[in-house]
Amino acid sequence: MKMNGGQALIKALEMQAVEVVFGLPGGAILPVYDPLIDSPIRHVLVRHEQGAGHMAEGYAHATGRPGVAMVTSGPAATNVVTPLCDAYMDSVPLVCITGQVPTAAIGTDAFQECDTVGITRSVTKHNELVTEASQIPLAIRQAFHLATTGRPGPVLVDIPKDIVDPANPRSAMEWYWPTDEEVAASLPGYRPQVEGDPALVAAAAELLCAAERPVLYIGGGILKARAAEALRALAEMTGIPVVTTLMARGAFPDDHPLCLGMPGMHGNYTAITAMQEADLLVALGSRFDDRVTGKLDGFAPDARIVHVDIDPAELHKVRRADVAIAGDCRIVIEALVAAVAAKGGSAAQADRSTWKQRISGWQERFPLTYEQLDPGEGHVKPQFVLERLRDLSPSDTIVASGVGQHQMWTSQFWRFNHPYTWVNSGGLGTMGFSIPAAIGAKAGRPDRTVWAVDGDGCFQMTAQELVTASAERIPIKVALLNNAYLGMVRQWQEMFYEERYSEVYLSPDLPDYVKWAEAMGCVAMRVESTDEVDAAIEKANAINDRPVVIEFRTDSREKVFPMVPAGKSNSDVMVDPTQAADLDRARGGR
Amino acid sequence: MHGAGAEMARPVSYHTLVMLVENKPGVLARVAGLFARRGFNIHSLAVAPTENPALSRITVVADTESTPVDQMVKQVDKLINVVRIDELAPEDAVEQELLMATVRAGAGDRSQILELCQIFGARVLNTGSTEIMVRLAGSPGKLDDFEDLLRPFGIVAIQRTGTVALPRLERSAATPR
Repeated sequence: MKMNGGQALIKALEMQAVEVVFGLPGGAILPVYDPLIDSPIRHVLVRHEQGAGHMAEGYAHATGRPGVAMVTSGPAATNVVTPLCDAYMDSVPLVCITGQVPTAAIGTDAFQECDTVGITRSVTKHNELVTEASQIPLAIRQAFHLATTGRPGPVLVDIPKDIVDPANPRSAMEWYWPTDEEVAASLPGYRPQVEGDPALVAAAAELLCAAERPVLYIGGGILKARAAEALRALAEMTGIPVVTTLMARGAFPDDHPLCLGMPGMHGNYTAITAMQEADLLVALGSRFDDRVTGKLDGFAPDARIVHVDIDPAELHKVRRADVAIAGDCRIVIEALVAAVAAKGGSAAQADRSTWKQRISGWQERFPLTYEQLDPGEGHVKPQFVLERLRDLSPSDTIVASGVGQHQMWTSQFWRFNHPYTWVNSGGLGTMGFSIPAAIGAKAGRPDRTVWAVDGDGCFQMTAQELVTASAERIPIKVALLNNAYLGMVRQWQEMFYEERYSEVYLSPDLPDYVKWAEAMGCVAMRVESTDEVDAAIEKANAINDRPVVIEFRTDSREKVFPMVPAGKSNSDVMVDPTQAADLDRARGGR
Repeated sequence: MHGAGAEMARPVSYHTLVMLVENKPGVLARVAGLFARRGFNIHSLAVAPTENPALSRITVVADTESTPVDQMVKQVDKLINVVRIDELAPEDAVEQELLMATVRAGAGDRSQILELCQIFGARVLNTGSTEIMVRLAGSPGKLDDFEDLLRPFGIVAIQRTGTVALPRLERSAATPR
């Protein structure tokens, strides 16, 4: 079938079962937007290309399918660099299509030309400049294959205008859809290892059964591998407690008796301390990130390490593993379950009664907490807002957050009982992530309630995408925790810079968030006292025909605890001030 | 990468990484960019086509003092266009490099330089009235020695290719390949 490159690009996306593309047209990509009119693919017109990238990420987080963003050349391509890097850091499957100036103009500093492939090389799993129309279908197939297999990640395909423009003879081509075998043969250097080495699996099973103080240390790889069920089987068979990192919230239910919650810089005391005191850490799809380990040479000093990851480069990268298994987490965990079962399963486990007692002792003594005020007294506590949001929303609500204090409180106070309900920017820490990510998640899961939890600093970075949400009828809800500060930076300045506040004050009233949200087509509410919280959330949850923004005026002095100060060992974790005296006593007795 | 002269001395610990890569635009930039981004140090780099026109070979001598070689190999192997990577420890590699140098060769020095060339098995490529151009192929250490001995005469220009390497062959008859 004869067609032009632009038609072939759209057809290739249809062949990949793409249901929605987030994008914004412009000069170089214009010819691709014409055949899009005739395609069943939904296009969501963003207001800034960064939004397109984060929406595609949110879509991928919530659905497990690759998100697709399409933008033009030059400034549009540079505007997607942040989401590409975000997706790269968090292993989010993303396909980004960028327009490029015509082949003959490449390298001449043409209008809206930039070296997209060069600029994005270090923030993509792979990228490719396509120079012939006939290569478009293969390039798209490769992109989806690379984005979704092995360790997922963003792939960028750069498309010069001449090969998609029907007015140019270089765009003429014969449609051809490559087979799986042809795609594999075209990528001779790409063979992800998915099966774990059986001898290593057996060695890991041995360590699991024998450990007296083991912890399953779960990362985002479990979600990427669709391994939540396998993980649950492993945890329940072995009875080993589970910590879920920021990227893995929801991979194991928070209400499960074996779940200890989030470890790391703002993790809860029990999760942090259990890892510190463990004699075995079973790292599954996690990568010993510095926000989890704290000061590395003080991290889990007595623990042997079993490490499973699809990316062999993660093994031994930060912490030397005793058993390192390269492979897909679901497949390896299923093999581990079989290996443990063969050894006797639950009956083959070492006596861990003392370990379990210690853990439940920590849980009782140092739970997550905050000081609640009497109604009408002072500003609303942000933690309280999150507790009410959690309790008044459906249990399968998808929550997207920005980056900062509100992100940590959301991860701490929400109860994630379902996988794929938590959408956040973990590795890159991209402020402004939540609103576009929530829109992408809602576009992918229109059946779900989707809340974006945002801070006032984050909101001002990407709020314009609420126009997109209104125009495209994607009714997300935004809980804006307005504490008038760049809160996390303020917290560090208070704690580590002698309360010398430098460039962190934002003002609670400028901008007027309610007017702004209304101007963008949202229902907007302002909540200034604790007793108004429930009614506002209930009202928001009842609205399904447009986006809603609730601005909560929150206490700017509130800090995130526990906290492991940067550069300190996890053993030096600081707890909520109301628990500090008790922790001192506990440490004195150690 | 270091410049010419005394800095050419090899790092105390190094490995030779031999990569087969797809012969496509930008692949060298991907490899070099990865080394730069991850903070891996390249001592020398050589790129050339192979017997298969679809593939090129990149030979990198990498400083393994700051980064474990295992981590370098695995990160490079993640590049989609890298088809294969082999790591050669110094004792497992036969390494060769080419040196070209233009040396000042006044009437009094010329015979000494030629004698040096004879000892090292270097060839004279070009002769001028006051300078002489020589070439030596050999192990990087031998090239270092030759360079040191040429220096007192006055090196006008020097160019080294960077190491290429192949695995050392098995000598034991008991385990033929």
